[in-house]
Amino acid sequence: MTVASDDRVRLTEAEKSARRKRSIAIAIVLVALVVIFYVVSIVKMAP
Amino acid sequence: MTLLDTTTPTTTGGTISLAEPRDFITLLKPRVMSLVVLTAVAGLVVSPGALHPTLAVISILAIAVGAGAAGALNMWYDADIDAVMTRTAKRPVPMGRVSPEAALSFGLILSILSVMLLGLASNWFAAAFLAFTIFFYAVIYTMGLKRSTPQNIVIGGAAGAFPPMIGWAAVTGDASVNSFILFLIIFLWTPPHFWALALFKLRDYGDAGVPMLPNVAGERSTKLQIFAYSVVLAPVAVLPWILGFAGVAYGAVATVLGLNFVRHAWAVLKMADGDERMIPAKKLFGFSILYLFGLFAMLIVDAAIAPLLGLGA
Repeated sequence: MTVASDDRVRLTEAEKSARRKRSIAIAIVLVALVVIFYVVSIVKMAP
Repeated sequence: MTLLDTTTPTTTGGTISLAEPRDFITLLKPRVMSLVVLTAVAGLVVSPGALHPTLAVISILAIAVGAGAAGALNMWYDADIDAVMTRTAKRPVPMGRVSPEAALSFGLILSILSVMLLGLASNWFAAAFLAFTIFFYAVIYTMGLKRSTPQNIVIGGAAGAFPPMIGWAAVTGDASVNSFILFLIIFLWTPPHFWALALFKLRDYGDAGVPMLPNVAGERSTKLQIFAYSVVLAPVAVLPWILGFAGVAYGAVATVLGLNFVRHAWAVLKMADGDERMIPAKKLFGFSILYLFGLFAMLIVDAAIAPLLGLGA
């Protein structure tokens, strides 16, 4: 992390890369949860 | 966006987090999770009754995530002693890759999600059982017993022994004597497994101030107790066949594995005091993992595949 002259934090490449990977992982987990809850609902509603 | 206001709260003492998804996966203790999945599947498959295959898979996923959540909570609370022990020093929290706050939040969120998911996919008795198991491991074992008594592993081992009962409960909605036998196998297996590890990692646990049996009661007493538990474990592991909820193939495998377990425990008992290399203890530790995998894999094979071939119970 480096502090830029405009007094804001500029992320390093490593920090940007880690944040991007975390964001993708969270997105995948959220989509998986939606699918899982959908599938559980469908199976439970089946006669 | 790559620019942030410096007043934005950050995760690790004023720096931006470098944690990657694999660090959070490490928090889940994947190797322990694999054992939990195996034993929970065994409980689910052996139980009398049936669960829709899709719901069964989701239930196992929920149990696995619940176990992982308990692992994350354990790593949050134990970061101070993990940093001291060579076996655990490279975990994400002591390494500073994941902040304690992030590990705690991760564990709590996954705990709630896993319990909710199990309740929706199977039944709320199984979900409550999973919630209790997470509580037992994170609070009773990690926060209470681990640092206060050399019997930490004995009582705390119950948390690791509940998954087959939860898998069983996911199908039947209750707990039975037969599911308790599966619990008992893991419960009796845990002390010799961990005490074998503690024997050759004695200094590690001593440095961290964790009162494991070898540090407190000495090597001789530990070896005796390892042998005593092994002698009780071997016949108990055959009970599923004797009680009729596993087939003769399982009975044969459990007998052979059990005799070998006792043989390894005997070698540990005969190991000279002060033996620095601790070969028999290392062998028992390695075999104990194979033993539990073998038993529960055989339960699954026996219950799920053998009937299809016209074999088994």
